[in-house]
Amino acid sequence: MQDNAPFAIQIASQPRLLCAVRDAVERLAGQWGLAGEDAGRVVLAVDEALANVIRHGYRGQEDRPIWLKLWPIQQGDRRGIRVVIEDECEPVDPATIKGRDLDEIRPGGLGTHIMRKAMDRVEYSRRVDQAGMRVEMEKLNSPAEAPAQKG
Amino acid sequence: MADTGDIICGTESISDGVVIRVSGDIDFSRSPQLREGLLGAINDGPARLVIDLNDVPYMDSSGLASLVEVFKAQNAAGGKLVLCNLQSKVRGIFEIAKLDQIFKIADDVEQATTV
Repeated sequence: MQDNAPFAIQIASQPRLLCAVRDAVERLAGQWGLAGEDAGRVVLAVDEALANVIRHGYRGQEDRPIWLKLWPIQQGDRRGIRVVIEDECEPVDPATIKGRDLDEIRPGGLGTHIMRKAMDRVEYSRRVDQAGMRVEMEKLNSPAEAPAQKG
Repeated sequence: MADTGDIICGTESISDGVVIRVSGDIDFSRSPQLREGLLGAINDGPARLVIDLNDVPYMDSSGLASLVEVFKAQNAAGGKLVLCNLQSKVRGIFEIAKLDQIFKIADDVEQATTV
């Protein structure tokens, strides 16, 4: 399943492309059963993940590749989305990728925290047999927002 | 003067400060412009800086970081910063980051000029 994503794109590491990605993710999240606040949280998490790659992984270089893949998922009556983002950044220990303490009021360091709050699951890993990092995220729709119609 | 592009779409003087109207998505590509524009505004020493986010449909953590930096600078100068007219998605990210407990957030400009 992982290799047959119905939506898979490669983008350059340019911040001004993020708005187009947000639009695409919001539309697909809606098609796959996530509405309202749930869809907004997926958009936010993907945006934060991509910005982290550009800012921290590629240190602002705008000509490096980022791969984004999306799948619809379902657990019982609940539908949702799986997101995988991969890059060619210098690998880091996934255990070191943590959000900072929110009690400290200072700029920066919020992206990872926001991703973990926005999604049901966020998992970092090193890419297998390739340079770079991978983040996989999932979110199911809230029970109250689960639409009756499937398809 | 810093190039703030079209992100700051209006300013209005009030009795004790200024209202700044911000426009468009505030993401990683545009938050530096927001930061520059707002830091420029507090150089004039307003006692009250009101930031009207009515025309901001989306904000990410880089936008929050810019606002936190301006908030701290305004506090250090002894001034007040009030946000108003937050759309639901923008209010949501403030809540996730627990910054809704730090910033003064008003419903509209009128309320922001009195809190």
